[in-house]
Amino acid sequence: MNYVIDILGPLLEGTTVTLKMFFVTIALSVPLGLCLALLRISRFRVIAGLVNGYIWLMRGTPLMLQLLFIYFALPFVPIIGIKLPDFPAAVVAFALNYAAYFAEIFRAGIQSIDRGQYEGARVLGLSYAQTMRRIVLPQVIKRILPPTSNETITLVKDTSLIYVLALNDLLRAARSIVQRDFTITPFVVAAAFYLAMTLILTWGFQRLEKRYAVYDE
Amino acid sequence: MPSTMNDPMIHAENIHKRFGAVAVLKGVSLQMRKGEVIAVIGPSGSGKSTFLRCLNHLETIDQGRIDIEGETMVTTSAEGACHYVPDAEVRRICRKMGMVFQQFNLFPHLTVLQNIIEAPITVKGMRREAIIPKAEELLRKVGLLEKRDSYPSRLSGGQKQRVAIARALAMEPDIMLFDEPTSALDPELTGEVLRTMRQLADEHMTMLVVTHEMAFAREVASRVVFMDHGEIIEARPAAEFFATPEHPRTRAFLENVL
Repeated sequence: MNYVIDILGPLLEGTTVTLKMFFVTIALSVPLGLCLALLRISRFRVIAGLVNGYIWLMRGTPLMLQLLFIYFALPFVPIIGIKLPDFPAAVVAFALNYAAYFAEIFRAGIQSIDRGQYEGARVLGLSYAQTMRRIVLPQVIKRILPPTSNETITLVKDTSLIYVLALNDLLRAARSIVQRDFTITPFVVAAAFYLAMTLILTWGFQRLEKRYAVYDE
Repeated sequence: MPSTMNDPMIHAENIHKRFGAVAVLKGVSLQMRKGEVIAVIGPSGSGKSTFLRCLNHLETIDQGRIDIEGETMVTTSAEGACHYVPDAEVRRICRKMGMVFQQFNLFPHLTVLQNIIEAPITVKGMRREAIIPKAEELLRKVGLLEKRDSYPSRLSGGQKQRVAIARALAMEPDIMLFDEPTSALDPELTGEVLRTMRQLADEHMTMLVVTHEMAFAREVASRVVFMDHGEIIEARPAAEFFATPEHPRTRAFLENVL
């Protein structure tokens, strides 16, 4: 028990890195994903096609590869090549990758809304933007809560990939103690930390689902 | 062109509309005066719903002209090019018309009251305190004040349609378009919706009603328009229309449905 308390310090430090990564990624990828979804279903074929290609690229290659590319290879790309420090590089890779997944969730949600809702709003004089904001998106949120919950839980665990950029997230912190002390206890504690984080998320999403259950379709 | 008292509420001239290779409207023309109640009847696929939807821009026309209360929404040049006025203008003109759908299209995430006050607040910028008493008045009128805070899923079909009528009226339209308002309802629920519509007609609302309810057409409509294969076959005062239908296709249709 004393040992567990001893290693809590570095593990908590790792947890703050993990949480920082998580929240910054969510804050960037959700709005970006919504924009991508709206562009993907827009009438402008070329833009929709480009977004489609982007989503294919982001979902079709490993996130780990994207991380490595943005950190190590991007500096050598002509024109857009910039050298990012490790944390911003990780944030860019995660935000771009998760935006692609969120875009598909949002698109599915938006397209599941009946055409009659758009027509009902339109004959009342609502513009496209007003229809989206006031009528469509509030209904979309209810429908996409379960897949969004999935995706955010995956993100909590995916953050452990940033160890390749030598960032001290929760898992990397645990592993360095394991290697130092030759005991797997830090792994068990780290697992408990991940479970706690995903439990809070699960609980939060369940509350949201309950709140949106006040109306039936 | 500024509108004057003498302008017809709806002036539709030679409307053509195709869906791909299918010509749905082949030169439909209709003039509607203030306070008229016109019932549009005809077999399914005759283009009557499409015609209605063209009037408030849910469909765009391929050829023809539409004026609403003297304001031009779309014209066609001599060369046959269809030209709509700018989108903001189209939306402003269409706001003179309220519409009620077969499938109600209530917003399921909003309560009955919220459904009614949404557009007046969002589109007209009305204050909640100003619109709520009016919305309650409308709900009282359609007999659903006690459902004020219910969600649409808790209502019967007839109740939903009456809320949809109240919602359209909250925008204070000059013309009401009804697209088969009772076709999705159980027979025992159509009566309450038709009663509400009759009440509106008694208040001299200008109404264009696509319907299969012959009794409603006969008793409430001032004029009946019979459409078939994308054309208006016959358009006459209701009493005459039912007493002495002129066209053989009208007679054949009436024999089938009456």
